[in-house]
This record gives sequence, C-alpha cells and structure tokens, in this order.
Amino acid sequence: MRMANIARLGVKELRSLASDPIMLVLVLYVFSLDIYMAATVMPETLHNAPIAIIDEDGSPLSSRIAGAFYPPRFQLPATVTPAQADRGLDEGTYTFVLDIPPNFQSDLLASRRPGVQLNVDATRMTQAFTGSGYIQSMVGQEVTTFLRHDVPNDVVPVDLALRASFNPSLTQAWFGAVMQVINNVTMLSIILTGAALIREREHGTIEHLLVMPVVPIEIMTAKIWSMGLVVLVGCCCSLIFMVQGVLGIPIEGSVPLFLVGAALDIFATTALGIFLGTIARSMQQFGIIMILVLIPLQVLSGGTTPRDSMPEIVQSLMTIAPTTHFVNLAQGILYRGAGFDIVWPEFLTLFAIGAAFFGVTLWYFRKAMNSMT
Amino acid sequence: MAVRLAGVDLRYGKTLALDEITLELPAGRIIGVIGPDGVGKSTLLSLIAGARALQDGRLEVLGGDLADPRHRTAICPRVAFMPQGLGRNLYATLSVVENLEFFARLFGQAKAERDCRIDDLLGSTGLLKFRDRPVGKLSGGMKQKLGLCCALIHDPDLLILDEPTTGVDPLSRVQFWELIDRIRASREGMSVVVATAYMEEAAAFDLLVAMNAGQVLAVGTAQEFRDRTGTHGLEEAFIALLPEEQRRGHRIVTIPPRPADSAGDVVIEARGLTVRFGDFTAVDHVNFRIERGEIFGFLGSNGCGKTTTMKMLTGLLSASEGEAWLFGKRVTAVDVEMRLRVGYMSQAFSLYSELTVAQNLKLFAQLFRVPAAEVPGRVTEMVERFDLTGVIDAMPDGLPVGVRQRLSLAVAMVHKPEVLMLDEPTSGVDPIARDMFWRMMVDLSRQDEVTIFISTHFMNEAERCDRISLMHAGRVLVCDTPAGVTASRGEKTLEAAFIAYLEDAGGSESTSAAAPAAAEAPEVKQAPVWHGFSARRMWSYALREVLELRRDPIRGTLALLGTVILMFIMGYGISLDVNNLRFAVLDRDDTVLSRDYTLNLAGSPYFAEQAPIIDYADLDHRMQNGDLTLAIELPPNFGRDVERGMPISIGTWIDGSMPQRGETIQSYVQGMHAAWLLDTALHRLGSRLSLSPMDVEIRFRYNPDVVSVVAMVPAMIPILLLMIPAMLAALSVVREKELGSIVNLYVTPVTRSEFLIGKQIPYVMLGMVNFVLLTILATTVFGVPLTGSLAMLAIAAFTFIVSATAIGLVMSTFMRSQIAAIFGTTVGTLVPAIQYAGLINPVSSLEGVGAGIGRILPTTYFLTIARGTFSKALGFAELWPSLVPIAASVVVLMTLCIFLLKKQEK
Repeated sequence: MRMANIARLGVKELRSLASDPIMLVLVLYVFSLDIYMAATVMPETLHNAPIAIIDEDGSPLSSRIAGAFYPPRFQLPATVTPAQADRGLDEGTYTFVLDIPPNFQSDLLASRRPGVQLNVDATRMTQAFTGSGYIQSMVGQEVTTFLRHDVPNDVVPVDLALRASFNPSLTQAWFGAVMQVINNVTMLSIILTGAALIREREHGTIEHLLVMPVVPIEIMTAKIWSMGLVVLVGCCCSLIFMVQGVLGIPIEGSVPLFLVGAALDIFATTALGIFLGTIARSMQQFGIIMILVLIPLQVLSGGTTPRDSMPEIVQSLMTIAPTTHFVNLAQGILYRGAGFDIVWPEFLTLFAIGAAFFGVTLWYFRKAMNSMT
Repeated sequence: MAVRLAGVDLRYGKTLALDEITLELPAGRIIGVIGPDGVGKSTLLSLIAGARALQDGRLEVLGGDLADPRHRTAICPRVAFMPQGLGRNLYATLSVVENLEFFARLFGQAKAERDCRIDDLLGSTGLLKFRDRPVGKLSGGMKQKLGLCCALIHDPDLLILDEPTTGVDPLSRVQFWELIDRIRASREGMSVVVATAYMEEAAAFDLLVAMNAGQVLAVGTAQEFRDRTGTHGLEEAFIALLPEEQRRGHRIVTIPPRPADSAGDVVIEARGLTVRFGDFTAVDHVNFRIERGEIFGFLGSNGCGKTTTMKMLTGLLSASEGEAWLFGKRVTAVDVEMRLRVGYMSQAFSLYSELTVAQNLKLFAQLFRVPAAEVPGRVTEMVERFDLTGVIDAMPDGLPVGVRQRLSLAVAMVHKPEVLMLDEPTSGVDPIARDMFWRMMVDLSRQDEVTIFISTHFMNEAERCDRISLMHAGRVLVCDTPAGVTASRGEKTLEAAFIAYLEDAGGSESTSAAAPAAAEAPEVKQAPVWHGFSARRMWSYALREVLELRRDPIRGTLALLGTVILMFIMGYGISLDVNNLRFAVLDRDDTVLSRDYTLNLAGSPYFAEQAPIIDYADLDHRMQNGDLTLAIELPPNFGRDVERGMPISIGTWIDGSMPQRGETIQSYVQGMHAAWLLDTALHRLGSRLSLSPMDVEIRFRYNPDVVSVVAMVPAMIPILLLMIPAMLAALSVVREKELGSIVNLYVTPVTRSEFLIGKQIPYVMLGMVNFVLLTILATTVFGVPLTGSLAMLAIAAFTFIVSATAIGLVMSTFMRSQIAAIFGTTVGTLVPAIQYAGLINPVSSLEGVGAGIGRILPTTYFLTIARGTFSKALGFAELWPSLVPIAASVVVLMTLCIFLLKKQEK
C-alpha cells in the first residue's frame, strides 16, 4: 500500500466530482436548503393542532372554552355540527373534536358533574398523546376559573417543577436540523462512493487501474478519504453556517469533537457504500439496494423516533449500524454538552464498526476485482 | 433526390461540427461518406436521419423539409438509421428475435406480418440459428447484421449506416456487404448512405462524399477521385485531397527488418492458456512465444477470445488452466513489480474524462512510480512524441477519436514499459492517424526494443506485424509471419487467406446458404403507419422493459422482497409509543411516602427505574451520557410536608434532546403526579383535594389502544410504494441515454408519450404486486384490519404508483447520468415522504417551506387514504377529495416529462 497512490487517486476522485455540476448542486442542496427546511418544518409537538368544537350548549362557558384555544398551539377552533365533526375526523381535517353537551353550564352550576367529550384521531399519535392531556387540563382550568368567578386557581399543595434539560423550551428545530445533517451524511456517503464505483465499473476505467501498480486497498482507501472529506466538509459547513448561523441553534458541546465522531461515522458509511457498489451488478440494482439500506438506517437509528421504544430485536440489530452510534454521540455532544470522557465508548464502537465494514468490504472488493471480466 | 442539404451548419457549443454543407444525394444509390475522425461524418448522418435537430440551413429528405415536424413524422417510417458502435441501439439482455419484435412493433406491425418479416430477415442473414441468443453474447459481426435486420424491418426507402463494419472482422464484413447487395437487388429505389473508415469498401460505392473539418472536400465516384488526384488507390487519393498542412505529416509506413541478433529472448509466453466461464470455453489451450522487440499481431473474429487472452497476460484475469509468462516469470494477479514493466491499452479508451490531457498523463506517470523529479520532463516528452501539444489542456471527451487514441497510447507508454499490450487500438481511427500510430509502433519496437502485442481488424496493419496469430472461437488457427500465412493458403492477399481459414474453422456462422430466401421474399404490404397514439408502439416499450426486468431477476426480487422486509422492519421498528423510559430518583427524604412516590412511577409500564441518584454530579453525568431520560428529586422532609399540607416542590429533569419525546414525558409525569396526589389524598390523608367539578371523557378514535402499529403500518404502504417504483423508473430513461439506445426514440415513429407510458407500465404493475403484498402483510402479520373500502384503497394505490413512477421518470428525463438520477430521486422522494407527508406529524401542523411541499405531495393524500381505509372504515364517498390531487399530480408530472424529453438530440 502506497500513501502517494492513495493521495493521487483521491485527488482524481475530487476532480471528478468537481466536474459534475448537477452533483455539486445536489450536494450543496442537501447541506443547506434541505437542512433549513427540515429544521423549520418540524412543529412543536402541539403546534397548529387542528381542533373543532361541537357547541351544543351555546352558553357563555362554552364560548369561553372555545376561546381558550388559539395559535400557536392550536388552530382557531372551527365550530361544527356532529356530522361535520365526523367527516372532519375521517378526512383528517381535525385531530381533536371537543363536544360540549347541551346544558353543560347549568349542569355544572348545579354541581351535576357534567362531562365533555374529546374525540381524538389516534392515528396521529404524536399529537394525540400530548394534545389530549393538554386539552383536558385547559378545559379544567377554564371551568375552575369560571366557577371561582374569574379568580385564578390557587396553589396546588405539591407542585411539580418540570424542567427540560438541554433544550428548555423543547424546540423542535434544534432536533430536526441536526438529525437531518446526520441523515444526509449517511445518504451522501453511500451514494458518492457506491454509485461512483459502479459508474467507473460500467465505463471500464476501474479495470484499467488494475493493470497499473495499484492494489485494491489503495483504490478503496482513496475513494473513502476523498468522498469522506467532501461529506465531512459539507457536514462541518452545514453545522456552522446553517445550523448555528442561519437557524441560530445553540450548540452546547464541542463542534470539533462532534466532527471527529462524524469522521468515524463517515469512515464506516463510505465503506458500506463501496460494499453496496461492489455487490450490485448494475446501477439499477444499486438503486434498489441503496433504498433498502438507507431507509432503516435513517428511521431506526434513533434520529426519528426514540430507540428505547423499539422492539428488543430491532434495537439489537441496529447496534451494528454506525448511524445509531452517531446519532447517540451527536445528541450527547451537541445537545447535552457531553465531553470525550462521556462519549468515548461510542467513539470506540464506531471505530470498531468502521474497521469491520472496511475489512469485509476490502475482502469483497478484492474478490470482485480479481474475478472481473 | 433522396437528400438535399443547403448551407447546413451545426455547432456543439463553440465547436463548429458542420460548416455550410451543401450537398445532393441521389435516390436509389449507395453513397459513401469518407473522411478522418471528428470531421462531422456522424453528425451529418444523424442530421439526415432526424436524430439530431437542425440548427441552421435547409435539409430536405425524401422530398420534404425535415425541419417541418409533420414531414418528419410522415417520412419517419421510410427512413432507417443504424448508429455507430457495435449494437449500440440494440438491447443486450434481449434475444435476437426479441430485439426484432421490438422494432417491428415500433413500426406498428401486427403479429402475422411481424413473424413473416422476422423469419425472412433472419433467414437471409443466417441469424436463424441464433434467434434466441441474447444480443450481449453475439459476436460483433452478428450484432451488426442484427442491427441491419432491425433497420430493414420496415422496408425503408432511405437506409443510413454509420460505420457499420468498424470493429468487425474481415469475414463478417464481406458477409455484411453481400447482404446489403442482396437487399438492394430486391428493393430497387432504396438509397443507402454509409459512413466508413475502410477505403477498400468505399471504393465499391456508387458515389463518394469526402469530408474534412466539417466541410465537403469532393463528391464523385472512386474512379473520379483517383483520376483527379492521379493516384492508384482510394486511400492515397483521399490523402491527396486533404489540405496541404494535414498531408504534410503523412509518410508511408515502412517497417525496417528486425535485427537478426535479437532472437532468443522470450518476453511473452502462453502455455496451454485456457479460460472457462461456466460451460463456455472462451480461450482454449492457446500457446505462443513472443520475443523481445517483436510486433506480434493478434487477429480474429469478434468475441473469439483475443481480449480475454490479453487480460490473462496482464494478470487481470486468472487462467482456468495453463500459464502465462512475462519476462520469464509467471503472471499472477498481485504482481505489482511486473505491472510496472507493462503498458496496457484496452479497447475502451481508459482515460479519465474529467481530467485534462496533462492531468491524465501526470496521474498515470505518478501511479507508475516515475520519480517525482522526472514527472514533468516525462509528461513533456510524451506530449511531444505523440503530438499532443495543441490539446494539452483539453478534456479527452471533446477530442477526436484519433487524438484520444494517441493520448491513450501516451498514457500506456508514460512509464516506458518493456511490453505494450494494445487491444484494437486503431478501431474507428482514420487512415492518416493510423499510419502515424504505426510509425510510432515501429519506432518503439525497433529503437527502444519494446515488445508489442497488438490486436487489430485491419489487414494492412496485420501485414506490418513481424508475426501474426489468427484466432477463432478460443483457439489459435495459425501463427506465422504475414507472408507465411498468405502462402500457406495459396492466396494472393492476407485477407483472402484469413477468410479461408475462418471458413474452414466454421467461422461462417452465417453461411450464405440461406440467401435464396431473400430473393424470393414474400411481398408483405407495409401497413400504413398511424401517427396518433399507438398502443402497439407503447406495448413495444412496455414489453421490452418487462423482458429486461425478467433477465435481471435480482432486481425484481429485490424490489418485491425488499418492500416486504422493509415493511417488517419499519412496521415493528418505528414506534411512537413512549415506554420503558429510564428514570432515577434522588431521594433526599427516604420516607414511606417518598418511596411510595417512586413506586408509583416505577409501577407504570411507561417508566423503568434505574439505580438511585447519589448526588447532583451523578445526576448530571447520567443525564449527559443519555443513561437517564428523566430524573426526579424529592426534597428533604417531603413526607412530613405532604402530610402537613405544606407547599413543596418536586424537581424533575427531562432530557429535552428529543423534543417530541420530551413533551410526551412531561404529560406522562404530570398525569402520574396528579394520580398520585389524588390517591394519597384519598387513602392517606382521608380528605378530598380539589376534585374537578367536571369530567373530560377522551375517546381515542380509530386506534383505541393508541398503538404505533395501527398508525404506522398503513402509513408505511405509501412510503414504500413511493420509493421503490420511483427508483425503478428513475433509471429507465437515463440508462438509455447513457448507453445510447435512446436513438431509437429519435428515429422511429414512437411518440414521447408512447415511450414514457410504455416504460412506466411494467413498473406500475410491479408496484401493484407490491401493494397486494403489503396489504396482505398489514392485515395478516401485523393484524391491522382493513375496515374501509378495499376498492378505494386499490384505486388510490394504482393512481399513486402511476404518480410515483412519473416522479422517477421526471428525474430520469431531466438528469444526464444515472448517478445523478439516483441521487435526485433519493433526495426528492425519501426526505419529503418521511418528513413532509404527515407520516409522523400531520401536514396541517407543519411550517415553513416544508408545509407547502407537504400540501402538494401526492404522498400526503395517499397517506390520508391509506389511514382512512385501514383505520377509519372509510370508502370512496368520504375519501374521493384526496384522490383528486393524486390524479392531478399524474397529469402534471407526465406533462412535465413529455416536455423534458426531446424527440431529437439538440
């Protein structure tokens, strides 16, 4: 293995990428606009929640309750008939429908403990949970205040002081932006190395390398460092200019430490990309295989939904995915301000995974190169 | 007049490819276009064929203006075009007969007519035996014959052939021209326009057009050319016609004899070299010995094993049997030292198209370990020696073939190897450039004692070699000096001897025995071509795509099995249930009541208690490394204060790094806290704390247990039905662009919509199979009942898959390379589908640009329909408004596709 060859072949890869304007535009897009959109699209869990009210009471209290729902948490409630409400729920126009029965106010004043009914579209799980609890307490509050003639509720004897660490206001954008950076790092590493390898194979240039004094490990390492560098630089710029700059998201921990972690992750994912590029016979096969690998990597690594709630088997399977550990250490460093003393086990695991991927890929790559006709 | 050009100009960017061409080509003749590479021959032919759009000037073909779309459509069925390159417009995985059927359908032929014509053509070309062989496994000569059959399937009045015999062995070439002659005899009035690099072929044509630098040099018969220039051969005549400056460099190639004393030192040796691919023996016990400084020619029909032999000699391929020796050492795959002494130039020029000429040379010099100090000097030396000074900063792709080939040779030579292996280095190179190339070869061999191993199809090149070896079907037939080979058969020319050897060896795979069939070809009336939308032409593309899919079973299986696997992983894996939250308590009170509070939390399925927290440092540390998602601090005197009813506060810390989960935890904790308070008040304190004066009754509809599977499984169907069909379709058009078969769209009557819809149909069908699989999986394995209308779901799924494949087609028509199409499709489908379509957060709650995207995504609406039919027991009556945007997206996307796809190359 000669370092000089690796360096030169890598520079060739970089030149090759630089000469393809469409690819450059796409790379630029995934590290800028795509991050911006992903960060700003994510609502607070309860944001603009669509709600409708069936007001069968028509009393001052019922309109008072209706008045308690306003943006940003809720959309201004629509007043609907029961039939419209059903339709709205069916079509997905409303997540919540609050049904205030006739004589609600008078029953309440007569201490008959009337009930209101809250219909929740439980297929929208994220809103269903938090929203129903929230609406419940809002209605309770309004009713209590009404009964006490507009005197606010008195102090609860045992208070629960809730604090959200690391993201006090639970801002979704913080989460969305960084997770999107991670997703795009994975996607790019796989496409840039894997698809580029297949292209070289389809055009016959890789074969030519093999009659030269170049060995497979040099070809592979060159691709990994050069494409890895592109992704790492993109990731770094994205974090500094987009996440911290444009989006103004505070980063708790050390960015360099995060980048070291990112480099380790990229090492593993670029090796994976080459592996996929080696086993796929054509670009068409690669397209399908890539999707089959990419979706689980993005969705099950803990970046979209928490890992704790996944079934055991999925959790254990995903421990071999580099992204799982990357998401973990990214959250640790960027949100919780964790230092090396805390995240080193993840670093070690990532490195081990990367080395294993590299080894297996090299073995396959060598085999494929030798049997290539 | 078949073709009339007046003042036709054509530019590629800044380069002027055709310069004021004015030309008349008479009907019923065979007309040759000759000239060096890169002078505009191919451009001219593709213009006439209508494959390339006219930029400037006037072009009349078959009596009408080709710039007029109506005329172009009208004459399209009367013109046939065979592009340059072996089988470039054919489909490699399809069999011979499938390719023919594809073209026949494009010209609207019904089954009876089609079969009749195909049998006739296959019979007359001798391809009948190979009707079921995949095109990729045919030899070059057979590919060209098949290409001709495909061009003749619709009885054209104008046949345009772009270098049909380049890279084809002499025997096949002879057979090819015999075939053309027979066809012309039976179809009077047919005009044939041929571009060729073989002057001996051109000499037999009725009329010749000599071109140079985008201009017409002369028009006339071969005899007229010779008379005008006072030369004997057409090749010399052509050189004489060239402008002075171009001619200057040209000298006759002379081969000095090899010095007698050089014999003995064997550099390359093959001993019983054999290679098998499965049952097929590609190279069969090949033996030869090549001495230092020798020029060894390697001849043979296409696919006879020449390239395979070379690959074994370079160590690219391991032999199944036998040995290859270089410099007295056995060749192994890993011998890097040996590679340093060998230069290899493969059939496809292996240059990096993204690097300039100088960068290519430098890179190769460095890789071949030329000492750093010598690199610039070496590059300069190569540039001078191979006459590349003028193009040093150009990109290889923009250079004429001849120059590219010189560059390839320079690259192969940059490390001064002792052995050069050249695999058909002069295919497609014009005579002048070829002579120049040979002068360099001679120089290398005689001056520098470089051993040269070269394969070629040109007989005049073979004659220049010291020794030649004739190969056929993996075996060496003869190995001798050119004169010896000629003499051994008692023939006058090497070509004749070569043909004789091949015929003996059964190389005449397509003997002319079947020829009479052509003469009495049954008169089949060409059905008038329908110019509107034709279902048959559409089917032609659909069937072709289906066949390709069937020949690549891995892709189809992956697409089907992959979705099932993904459904499993995702259906179980994506869980929005928040449970098993790791929490720990810092209990500063440690009384019965405080422990009761902890137990209350630990007893719920949502929370899983961890070891107690010791102090704040422990708390911080464990929160930071993600060990705890919830930490609770119970203050000192908690129990006492609660019993006394004194106000106290419990501190809780929630990990907010995942905001969504954070909020859910918040509401859980609040709920548990309230429940505990109530319980404690009732049972311990005996009093009722402020009990709510009313009830809020919550009904979770559609998913009463609020479980993820019910929410996620129906939602995964749209995601998977989007990704896979879109990706399959995304490569369909761009692949044809990259491989060159897109030309069939340009020159056949198929319309853009037929082409696109035809390509779409198989993937839509595959998508529907996927849909059925996913629905069965959802209802059986996952147990999510389909409560609503299956018909509605199926209709929506169908419309949606059409829309998804249309997204793929848009990417495919827009992008120029497959890699960009893959990238674009992933960015364009995966991210929006997961984030903006309402998979996790309802679209109505989204914000910013993403919200806008969410509202126009077809996925959003199909998600509503999928959830509606699965969980909400809905049918067409309620859900039809969601179907409208999906259907609209199909119309918009397909229109965009048709707009982006061009019926002519620009």
